[in-house]
Amino acid sequence: MQPHDDKNLDEQIEENLRKVYQKTLEEDIPDRFLDLLDQLKQQDAQK
Amino acid sequence: MSSNDAADLDPRDEIVTHLPAMRAFALSLTRNPSQADDLVQDAVIKAWKNLGSFQVGTNMRAWLFTILRNTFYSDRRKAKREVQDSDGSFAATLSRKPDHDGRLALADFEVAFAKLNDEQREALVLVGASGFSYEEAAVTCGVAVGTIKSRVNRARQRLTELMELSDSEALELTDQETMAVVTAGLPVRGSAA
Repeated sequence: MQPHDDKNLDEQIEENLRKVYQKTLEEDIPDRFLDLLDQLKQQDAQK
Repeated sequence: MSSNDAADLDPRDEIVTHLPAMRAFALSLTRNPSQADDLVQDAVIKAWKNLGSFQVGTNMRAWLFTILRNTFYSDRRKAKREVQDSDGSFAATLSRKPDHDGRLALADFEVAFAKLNDEQREALVLVGASGFSYEEAAVTCGVAVGTIKSRVNRARQRLTELMELSDSEALELTDQETMAVVTAGLPVRGSAA
């Protein structure tokens, strides 16, 4: 077993976490959500 | 932090700006892309219906995350079933954009991350990835700040253990080499909130 640098490992965890998260953040918002929001707005307008 | 502009913005128009973060948070909860988007859709509908209870000028992201999270847990209580192979689906989304630095470590991380329990995973995601303060994460999860802190710490410890374990078991790279590969490509974070 190699001794570990806990600080490095914590940073590695956070970097990985951000990478995982970032991939979704950078994706375009799927049309289904934009359509959904439009529909909800139209429903409100009809009230 | 929040400007007057944000306060003046119609909450209905603000929701769309939080969708990417909601999708990322949903993915971390469900670990399955299509379930994640279904969850986001349900949460958006609920949020829309309950916009009257949102206090304009307060943190809408935390409010939306709370709704999303509550929806996730109540759905799961109803369904009473764990989704199998969610790890595989989640891992598949990650291999879409392979980055040469730290790719192995990232795959390794994914496996370990999926093994955390829900509480630890969401605490780590809220604080570690989505930039929530401990206080905001505590409100979102409906627990004390100290609880969030200890969940984050336990999550980190558990990940550390799991990643060490996989190093000694199956990975071709030794831990030192993995660390070298990963850290080589990483910018130093000086001012992470």
